Amino acid sequence: MPEVSKTMPEVSKTMAEPDNVLLDVKDLTMDFGGLRAIDAVSLNVCPGEIVALIGPNGAGKTTFFNCVTGIYKPTNGAVMVHPPEGKSQKINGFKSNRVTTIGMARTFQNIRLFQNMTVLENVMIGRHCRTTTSIIGAILRGSKTRRQERETIEISYDLLEKVGLVDFADEFAKNLPYGAQRRLEIARAMATDPFLLLLDEPAAGMNPQETKALDELIVRIRDKEKISILLIEHDMKLVMNISDRIYVMEYGKEIAQGSPMDIRNNPKVIEAYLGEDADA
Amino acid sequence: MEYFLELSSSGLVRGSIYALIALGYTMVYGIIQLINFAHGEIYMIGAFVALIVSGVLTIYGFSGVSILILAGLIAVIYAAAYGYTLEKIAYRPLRNAPRLSPLISAIGMSLFLQNYVLLAQTPDFLRFPALIPDFEFMEPIAHIMGSPELVILVTSAVSRVGLTVLIKYTRIGKAMRATQQDMTMARLVGVNVDNVISMTFIIGSVLAAIGGVLVGSYIGQINFYIGFMAGVKAFTAAVLGGIGNIPGAVLGALVLGLTEAYAAGYISSAYEDVFAFGVLVLILILRPSGLLGKAVKQKV
Repeated sequence: MPEVSKTMPEVSKTMAEPDNVLLDVKDLTMDFGGLRAIDAVSLNVCPGEIVALIGPNGAGKTTFFNCVTGIYKPTNGAVMVHPPEGKSQKINGFKSNRVTTIGMARTFQNIRLFQNMTVLENVMIGRHCRTTTSIIGAILRGSKTRRQERETIEISYDLLEKVGLVDFADEFAKNLPYGAQRRLEIARAMATDPFLLLLDEPAAGMNPQETKALDELIVRIRDKEKISILLIEHDMKLVMNISDRIYVMEYGKEIAQGSPMDIRNNPKVIEAYLGEDADA
Repeated sequence: MEYFLELSSSGLVRGSIYALIALGYTMVYGIIQLINFAHGEIYMIGAFVALIVSGVLTIYGFSGVSILILAGLIAVIYAAAYGYTLEKIAYRPLRNAPRLSPLISAIGMSLFLQNYVLLAQTPDFLRFPALIPDFEFMEPIAHIMGSPELVILVTSAVSRVGLTVLIKYTRIGKAMRATQQDMTMARLVGVNVDNVISMTFIIGSVLAAIGGVLVGSYIGQINFYIGFMAGVKAFTAAVLGGIGNIPGAVLGALVLGLTEAYAAGYISSAYEDVFAFGVLVLILILRPSGLLGKAVKQKV
């Protein structure tokens, strides 16, 4: 879908139509006691887009992700999803596993792999919500079970191939180098068959080469796998390179949105964020 | 020497039973950090159901092994239902409460189930038929143990292997390991954590019920209170091996069983509990996280 992504920035300046939006967050508000962590933030992601959410530390970006993926129940506002297949629904307060089953998968800022499972198992667990084998099935091992197991392993290897980790399939996740752990997290998220991938600072702690490889991986996921991406990132070079649109948050409020060019030249953003961090 | 082997065999039998119950404790602790004090009661209920079913089957003219298998099967199903319900009504509503609350709830359920069986059945000891048949087998082993002991050892070992395979290779096993390592993340990769926890209780209850049926048949009598001591011992075994650690629970159970058997055989059966808990104290002093447990880093 490369054509789509080229035209997307223009489309998105007007409010996108519901049938052309995957994730539509309206006036999301999250209070922790008396503290308003997110204040009426709206954001949407259209098919084939890479959307970035940026902002200084403590702006509420990760909290926003947590609200969207069911870790927190938002105080107010609506999180609407319009999956390419299946019906649109409001997912406020859904448990995380339901959100994932609907088709939104995420990764974390600090890596959260299943450390004591192998690389392959980490990816296979992502297939859990797409398979159905019951405990009885596991004992009897009928043809359906065996077929499903074979498929799960095939798909998992396929994903490892895509992120370049096939050679490590039988290693424990905790023994992988840092950059590889990040890629494994992405592979695990992709194993759940998402239409939207939420990446929380995927480039954190990576060296320039690893960041470049990641940059290519993200674009490849969008183009080849047709998965849209919403990412939080501090690495401005990566954000400016690959995003179609950018939202900027500060102190829980949305202060700007637009194409990378708009954001680069937006005085409010420069003051809040890029000004103090321009050459990062 | 022969006396030593006899003691060892009786120790291993005890240990095998403790292991079946300890596995339930340790699995539940591993996944939701709860000491399920009502677990011993599930074991007791398993034994009671088997007793009732075997009585009924005897009336209908079933015999020997078929009674053992049918009664065992029904006891297992019953216990699984109890375990599932227990989690659902006593622990799930307290999932996000402070850790002490579900613990109190567990003690409450334990008392409730004991008294429920006391009222519904009887406070007296009931005779449990010897369901495990006598059969001939190889002489050198037959010298030190009878067929019931052998059946218990084998059944317990097979159950343990089955559990290991289940956890290591199946889809639900992977989900259980993932949930144990990081519950939030497991949810985020689409694992229905609630189902996984239910399944953990069901599997633990099944193992406990198997233990209950075997013990009933081996000892020959049961009452509503047998779950308490068995539960305490199995809990000790789980702590001994490192709570939350599955091979640890089995090792702890065998160590505990053998300790008791030797203490009873060489010193006096009055002292077996002293030695059993003495070993626990010793292990907790020398290796506070248990034989196979890993030291948990305290998050501050």
